[in-house]
Amino acid sequence: MHFARVVGTVVCTVKVPAWRSHRTLLIQPTDSQGAPHGRTIVAVDLVSAAPGQRVFYVRGREAANALPDPDNPADAAIVGIVDEVRESPWTGPGDRG
Amino acid sequence: MFVARVVGEVVATIKHAELAGHKLLLVQPVTPRDRPTGRPAIALDTVDAGPGDLVIVADEGNAAAQVLRRGRGAVRTVVVGVVDEIAEESRGRG
Repeated sequence: MHFARVVGTVVCTVKVPAWRSHRTLLIQPTDSQGAPHGRTIVAVDLVSAAPGQRVFYVRGREAANALPDPDNPADAAIVGIVDEVRESPWTGPGDRG
Repeated sequence: MFVARVVGEVVATIKHAELAGHKLLLVQPVTPRDRPTGRPAIALDTVDAGPGDLVIVADEGNAAAQVLRRGRGAVRTVVVGVVDEIAEESRGRG
């Protein structure tokens, strides 16, 4: 799973039946500090995320499996809203340096 | 699977049901020489790894399903081992 920020909503009235009760959001993948990483992607929203919120998402088969009906074409799904990231200081290369 | 350092924990009260009951660890992939390589990921802890631990991370749905002892689901990235030591045999490029 990776971090992202919700940057928009992709409105689709015509879509596959399995997504009928789900919104598709536009998310910008980020690193753990929030800096953008790569291009925006469309993800199925499973946690009622709002624009601007920091979320995390899963890619691949697990994204489709995250929906109640796993038979759907999702390859990205938002599975959590970030409250806080408690980073322990990076101690740098260990004795193996 | 890849080797990573646990560099933090992600707190999220609103999350997918399958993530409940497990800590979400921030893992930084590292080379065998313990140098960061690539983007940190969020992994479900299944071995009680702590901050700073060197760990093995499995990043595949079937592996996660087996470790969590349930059918294929929403989880794919799981911490599956705490590394005591990496004994490199050949002095290849780290």
